[in-house]
Amino acid sequence: MMARARNPVPRIRQMLRITNARIASQAVFFGLFVGAAWATWTSRLGGYPVSRFLELDPLVFTTTLLSTGYVYRFLGAAVLIIAATVLFGRVFCNWICPYGSLHQLIGWLFNVRSHRERWAANRYRPIFALKYVGLGVFVVLAAFGSLQVGLLDPICLLHRSFATAIAPMFDGVVDGTRSALAGAGLDLPALAAVKLAPAGEPRAFIGSFWIGALLVTLVALNVVVPRFFCRTLCPLGAFLGVLSRLALFRINRDASACTNCNLCLTRCEGAADPAGQLRLSECFACMSCIDDCPEDALRFTALRQDPEQVVATPDFGRRQLLFTGALGMLAFPLLKNNGLNTDASYSPGLIRPPGSVEEGEFLKKCIKCEQCLKVCPTNVLQPAGLDIAGPEGLWTPVMVFNLGHCQLTCTLCSEVCPTGAIRRITVEEKLGRGPYRSRGPLALGTAFFDRGRCLPHAMQIPCVVCEEVCPVSPKAIQTEDEEVIDAFGQRVLLNKPFVVPDLCIGCGICQSECPVTASRAVYVTAVGETRSAARRLLLRRRSVLAAQAGAGDAPAASPGAALPATPGQ
Amino acid sequence: MARRERPAGEPAGAPRQLTRRAFLTRALGAAGVTSAAAYAAYAPEDWPGAARDADGLRSVPAVKPFRLTDFRVAKPVGAPDVAVGHGGDAMTRLRKALDALGGLAHYVSPGDIVLLKPNVAFDRAPVLAATTNPEILAALIRLILVDCRAQEVRVADNPIESPADCFAKSGIAAAVASAGGRVYLPDANAFRILNTPDSRLIENWQFFHRPLTNANKVIGVAPVKDHNLCLASMGMKNWYGLLGGRRNQFHQDIHELVSDLSLMIRPTLTILDGTYVLMRNGPTGGDPADVRPGDAVVAAVDPVAADAWAYRHLLSRTTELPRYLLLAEEKGTGSASTEGRVREIA
Repeated sequence: MMARARNPVPRIRQMLRITNARIASQAVFFGLFVGAAWATWTSRLGGYPVSRFLELDPLVFTTTLLSTGYVYRFLGAAVLIIAATVLFGRVFCNWICPYGSLHQLIGWLFNVRSHRERWAANRYRPIFALKYVGLGVFVVLAAFGSLQVGLLDPICLLHRSFATAIAPMFDGVVDGTRSALAGAGLDLPALAAVKLAPAGEPRAFIGSFWIGALLVTLVALNVVVPRFFCRTLCPLGAFLGVLSRLALFRINRDASACTNCNLCLTRCEGAADPAGQLRLSECFACMSCIDDCPEDALRFTALRQDPEQVVATPDFGRRQLLFTGALGMLAFPLLKNNGLNTDASYSPGLIRPPGSVEEGEFLKKCIKCEQCLKVCPTNVLQPAGLDIAGPEGLWTPVMVFNLGHCQLTCTLCSEVCPTGAIRRITVEEKLGRGPYRSRGPLALGTAFFDRGRCLPHAMQIPCVVCEEVCPVSPKAIQTEDEEVIDAFGQRVLLNKPFVVPDLCIGCGICQSECPVTASRAVYVTAVGETRSAARRLLLRRRSVLAAQAGAGDAPAASPGAALPATPGQ
Repeated sequence: MARRERPAGEPAGAPRQLTRRAFLTRALGAAGVTSAAAYAAYAPEDWPGAARDADGLRSVPAVKPFRLTDFRVAKPVGAPDVAVGHGGDAMTRLRKALDALGGLAHYVSPGDIVLLKPNVAFDRAPVLAATTNPEILAALIRLILVDCRAQEVRVADNPIESPADCFAKSGIAAAVASAGGRVYLPDANAFRILNTPDSRLIENWQFFHRPLTNANKVIGVAPVKDHNLCLASMGMKNWYGLLGGRRNQFHQDIHELVSDLSLMIRPTLTILDGTYVLMRNGPTGGDPADVRPGDAVVAAVDPVAADAWAYRHLLSRTTELPRYLLLAEEKGTGSASTEGRVREIA
C-alpha cells in the first residue's frame, strides 16, 4: 500500500490485477451456469450443451467410470478440468465452480469481520479434512455400484437446487411482478422470457423444500465459517485436492522476503496457510494472497518453487484412509439392504422416465442433478423421496402422474441426462416405430383402475376422459358399453373403461386427467416397465407379437445361438 | 513430496529450489493422469481398456447364457419306452420298472455324477403327496450308488416356499442323507441364464445351474398330482422347479411353458411315483383324503409318454390329455400315444 502511494500505479494497471481476472472468470462461468439452467427448457434447448458443467465434473467422470466401467457420451469433457488441475491446482474451485462463486459472493456480502478476525477465520483447521472422508465414502460406494456422489457434488447440488427450488421461486417472483405491473396497467408479456421454466402453470416439486433448505443452510454457513462447504464438505474439492499434488504451478512463498505480516490470510478462500507452508490440497488458487502481499513474497509459479514452503498432500493419513474405506464398505450394504427397492418389493410409484436403464444400472448412473426435472415440460418428473426410492434413490427422478404426464413424442429428459441413467433415445425408439417395431414401445409402467372410484363403474355417471386422452393406437384404455337406468330414472349409456396391459405404455395421461383427483380412479404403477425383465407384468405383449407377425419379421435370433454346448454344463 | 535433508555446504536460510528431478517427476505424473483419463474417455471403443460409451448401451450388462447337454441314453433294443412296476414295496416296484427298461446300470455308468430332481415345491408332510415320496427317492439313490457305482448323487429343487424347510418337512432331506446323496439348496448365486433354442417362452431364462455343474446324468423323480391350472403335474411339470426368476408369469401360458420344459432338459430317465397320487385340490393338496394310495412306479425314457400313461392310469382321467403333452409332441420331445410302448410288470 505504501509503495503504491510513492509510485502511483496507473489506474489501468490496477484494473488488470489477477484477482479481477479471476472475478471476471467467475462471473462468466456463473453466467454460463444460469444461462444453461435457463436454456434447459423445451423451447430453448436448440442443441445447446446445457449439461456441460456436469459433464466437465471430474468427480462425476471418475465415479461413473468406477460404478459402470464406462464413460457416457460427453463425460470425457472432464479431462479438461483434470488437465487444468494437474497444471494449476484447484483453479476450478475459485475460477470456474458456480457453487464456489455463490459461496464466495455471499461470504463477501455478509462479511462482518475485522482483518484480524479474518486471519483467524482463514487459518486451516483439522475439520477441513472431513471432505476427504466424504470423497472416500462416495468413491468406495461407486466402486461397489451405488452412486451417491450427487448428494454433495457442488455441480449436482447446484443444478438440483436450481431445478427444484430456485427456478420455481424465481419464476414465482417474475409472475408476481408481472401481475402487479398488469394491475398497474402495464402488461409485459416479455417477462416470460426471463423465467427459468416458462410453463403455463406454476411448477411444483415434491420435497423441494428440503433441497432448498439444504442450499440455504450451506450457503448461510459462510457467515459462520467462510467457504464452509468448499473447505469442509465438498467432495469435488477433495478430489481436486488429491489431484493437485501433481500441479506444476502453485503459490510459492519467498521465505526470505516474507515479514510474517499475515495480510495474505485476509482473503484466503481455501484456508491454505499461504503465510506458512502452503497446503496445496486446500489452495483454490484464488490469488488473493498474491494481491494482498505488500512484500511481493508470494508468486504463482512453476519454477523456482521452494520445496520447504509446501505441504503437498491432504491432511489425511493412512489411518483416516482405512477408516474412510471401512465407512464406505458399511454404507453400501446399509443402502442396499433397505428393502424398499428390490425386484420383489419396490414402490408402485418408482416410475422412471423413458429411456431409463434397468434399476440396478440406474442407481449406478444417476447423479441426482435433476436436469431431467428441469427440462420436463409437464412437471411430471419429481425428486424421489425416501418413501419411494429409499435413501439410496433419494432425489432420483420419478414420475408423479398427479402432477403431469409423459408426453408421447418428448424425449428431452433423455437428451439432457449427462450420465446415461436416462439413455438418449429417439422418438422412434420411445414409440417402438421403424427399426424398433419388433421390440415395441418403451413402457414406463401399467395403468390400473380403481373401480370403486371410477364414475361409470361405480356411480352410473358417464366419463371416460381416460379413454379419450389415451395416446396409443389402438387405445390401451377401451370400454365395455352398457345402457342402464340411473337413480333418477334416466337412460344412460355407460362406457366402462378397462386397461389392455399389452398396449399400455404407462404415460400416465389417464391418471393426470382423471377428474377423481384426490385419489385417482385410474393410476399408473411401475410394474410392466419394459426396462426391467424382473419387473414386467406380462409373459408376452400380444401387441408386440402381432406387430412382429404383421411386419413379417424373422423371429429374433437367439443370443445364445452361436454358443457351443459345453459338456457337463 | 518427501522432505529431504539440506545438502551440506548450502547456506542455511537461503530458499531451496525445486530440483529438476522433482519437477520432471511431477510433470510426468500430471501428463500420465491426464492422458489416462483422456484415453479412457476418448479412445475408440474397440481399443484395449477404452471406456467410451457413446450411446449408453455398452454399459448395459451383457447376458451370457449357457446351454445344457442332452442327458438321454439310448434304451437297449427291445426295451419299452415306459415301464411300470406293480406289487411289493417301493424298492421292489422301482426295480421292476427299471429292469424292464433294461436295468438302471444301462443308463448310469460307474463314476457318473447324477442329479435327481424330486418335486419339493411345498413345505408339506409326505403323507399329503404334494411332494415326491422320500421312500422312492432313497431307494433310487441306493440303487445308483450301490448297483451302478456312481460317483455322486445330487438332489436339487427350487421350491416355492423356504427351501430348507421344504426339504426338511417333506422328509426328503433326511431320506437323501440316509441314502448317501447330497442336497443342493438354491441361493442367489446358484442361478445362471440358460439358453434353450426353439423354446417359445424360456429362450434365455434364469436356471438353477449349480447342481448341474459337471453332472452327466439327470433323472426326474416326480409325484403324480392334480393341478389347478394345467390339469396335472407329473414328470414334465416337475422341471419347473429348476427355473428361477419371475416364474409366476408362466401361468399366463402354462401349457406352452411346460412343453418348453421338455425342450429345456432332456433327462436320462423320468420316474413317476404312483405310491400316493394326489387326486384333487392340487398341486398343494392339504388333506390326506385328497390322496389315493396307488401301486405303481413308472420309469420312462419318453417323458411325454410317461405323463400320458400316468394321466390315464394313475390320475384315472378320461378327459382329453393336458394340452402341454400335445405341444411337447409338436416340439418333438416325445410321443403322447402309449399304444404298445408301455410294459407293466405285476
